[in-house]
Amino acid sequence: MSAALTARARGASVLMIESANKDLRGGNSRHVRNIRYSHNAATDYVTGRYDADEYFKDLMRVTDGNTNEDLMRFMIDASDDCVDWMLSQGIKFQPPLSGTLGLARTNAFFLGGGKGMMNAYFKAAEKAGIDIVYEAEVEKIEMDGARFTAAMVRQGGELHRVEARTVVLASGGFEANIEWLKEGWGEIADNFLVRGSPMNTGKVLRSMLDNGAKPIGAPDQCHAVAIDGRAPKFDGGISTRIDCVIFSVVVNKNGERFYDEGEDIWPKRYAIWGRLVAKQPDQVAYAVIDSKSMGLFMPTVYEPFQSDTLSGLAEQLGVDAETMEKTIEDFNSAVIPGEFNATEPDGCHTEGVEPKKSNWARKIDTPPYYGYPVRMGITFTYLGLEVNRQAQVFMNDGKPAENIWAAGEIMAGNILGQGYAGGTGMAIGNVFGRIAGEEAARHARN
Amino acid sequence: MPATETLKEAKRVMQICNACRYCEGYCAVFPAMNKRLTFSDGDVTYLANLCHGCQGCYYACQYTPPHEFMVNVPKAFAELRGETYRDYAWPGMFKGLFEGNAKWIALITLVLTIAVTVGVFVVQGADVVTGVHTGTGAFYQVIPHDVIVYLASAPFLFAGVAFIVGLVKFWRDIGGKPGELLNPSALIQAFKDAGQMKYMAGGGHGCNYPNDNFSMGRRHAHQMTMWGFILCFAATSVATVYHYVFGWEAPYDYFSIPVILGTVGGIGIVIGPIGLLMMKKTADTAPQDTKRTGMDIAFLWLLILTGITGLALLALRETAAMGTLLAVHLGIVLAMFVTFPYGKMAHAVYRLGALIKFAHERRE
Repeated sequence: MSAALTARARGASVLMIESANKDLRGGNSRHVRNIRYSHNAATDYVTGRYDADEYFKDLMRVTDGNTNEDLMRFMIDASDDCVDWMLSQGIKFQPPLSGTLGLARTNAFFLGGGKGMMNAYFKAAEKAGIDIVYEAEVEKIEMDGARFTAAMVRQGGELHRVEARTVVLASGGFEANIEWLKEGWGEIADNFLVRGSPMNTGKVLRSMLDNGAKPIGAPDQCHAVAIDGRAPKFDGGISTRIDCVIFSVVVNKNGERFYDEGEDIWPKRYAIWGRLVAKQPDQVAYAVIDSKSMGLFMPTVYEPFQSDTLSGLAEQLGVDAETMEKTIEDFNSAVIPGEFNATEPDGCHTEGVEPKKSNWARKIDTPPYYGYPVRMGITFTYLGLEVNRQAQVFMNDGKPAENIWAAGEIMAGNILGQGYAGGTGMAIGNVFGRIAGEEAARHARN
Repeated sequence: MPATETLKEAKRVMQICNACRYCEGYCAVFPAMNKRLTFSDGDVTYLANLCHGCQGCYYACQYTPPHEFMVNVPKAFAELRGETYRDYAWPGMFKGLFEGNAKWIALITLVLTIAVTVGVFVVQGADVVTGVHTGTGAFYQVIPHDVIVYLASAPFLFAGVAFIVGLVKFWRDIGGKPGELLNPSALIQAFKDAGQMKYMAGGGHGCNYPNDNFSMGRRHAHQMTMWGFILCFAATSVATVYHYVFGWEAPYDYFSIPVILGTVGGIGIVIGPIGLLMMKKTADTAPQDTKRTGMDIAFLWLLILTGITGLALLALRETAAMGTLLAVHLGIVLAMFVTFPYGKMAHAVYRLGALIKFAHERRE
């Protein structure tokens, strides 16, 4: 969107090809909530300073240095006017509120979230005279050497050849393409849930790689979290998250524990549990709590399974009851009593049980017992196209393609080799989208 | 209590919303929702009546149909509100008036208007009714003052009692403590929120009404309607003081306080509802309870007719049309008062109750 609007503002005539219908337009941005951007002072939308250095440090930490530092720096510096630019396009933000997940200082929150943002963007695009076609999927990018010539677009069963002087690729990742995920993950990918758009099948990315564009990022690198196992296969979005892990004993279907549930506060561990669950048999796990912990975490979209006995709960969950009872018995006897504090690591831990639980360890002994099935929910993928500061797509020979730019998830892997900090995807999309739009328009008009 | 299915749907939707919370920037409903982990019948009834139907959360929702979660907060809440008005109506035997409400309102208005007009003609004779009356007590030569007072005040007071009974039951069911309903600071806050129509601004940019554009149109039209109504009521109150305290009889001078208040208010209850009706015509009905559109339209027309006949009476009070206009105006006002507890006016009462509750919760 930011590429199209910028290109249009520079005088280019722009066609936007959207594979979804009007209700589901905007790819995964429809599910976002906020944007992480650098700023030197509090505004109407953030509570304090979050300068480029701090942003840089945070991203270096979450990616563990697996990034293009120069590009990351550049993106962070350029992110400082993202919010102003979005406001100028009619996007609305909300004041920092209590429920903003501890991100009120660093991230600006869209009023109503990503779909509200997308509605504003599409209105701005219509007003600016950008042509938009819905339910039109780009199946193939046609190139002549390092030059884009046309896109093959399927709409209503018909294949059209759409020529243009320049193209900006902003078609997202491939997380909705289970077959592709299998290339990185193997057959277990069948059991992954996709939190976002079912449209992100990666056809454009695949076509570009076939054309000799230079890939960046590993095929199994993605953002994935633990979500409710009953969530829809696609598009479950934010509401399916399971926040009770730190208060739980988490067992696999055999009834065995497999990781320290109380390693750190939940937001910091949110993203590792997807992968942990994916490594368990049938890629499923079960978070078990007792009535003491009810109400300490975000309410869930689905009711938990509930029973007055652990064996009854295990039966409902489909977990080996005998082993689960034994696991919880062992766990309970390993709990060292301490001062429980739900809001920070409290040192309440276990001794003599493997794996140990480092914090929030309390006996699971007060019925009713509750259980949530948990699966890996994949948010977005990092394997993408390598780009430079101008958002130009590199070919395998190390030279940029003549007239192809990329923005958003399709190139996010340049900055995010692994890990994630909430709201960064939006910043990458906005910064490189505007640059791509600017460059593509300039090139097209020359 | 409203029907189980309606309550169930509202609870289902709230459970999804409470796991998402993206809409917390829109209105009071979402912070009130955040305070709860589960939702009782009373909780959702409260939240539904706290909802002003700005529809912001509908257009911003990632879970609206065709998504399988099928979330539609404004529609679920509008349906629940409609049932609130019906099920808290007192006495209970009049609940049926909420089914096919427009038809009933039209019928009652027609019958009362004709009855009063014919009655005046029969009792006073055509000569008196169609005569020109001017000067002090002119109206009362056509319809005696006491008759007007009794005819109008009886249904008005009855409506007040009916609403108080409904509100008290509603307050109890949404979990309010008896004393809190009259807590001054909560009342002041609630009246302030209602007076400004704060939550008709959604997240501060207006309603997404009549379509997905942000607009203050509905808020402004509604403000004109509500303040128009309040000014008309104020005009009547001032006139009552004039009459009984100072012994000054109507009609009053064009630049007297009652006439100025009544004129401005009358214009408000004509223009405001016309604006609301026009928006309703083109409105996207997806986030609405289309089963009860008739109730809204009937009430708006009743206000418009009240305003138009009142203004016409003012304009033509020195002509031969005065007598007939007075009778028609009285008949329509009577119909409005009689149907207050059994029509859209009920929304003001339960909305205020919900706002008082929210004022309490906000301070916790």
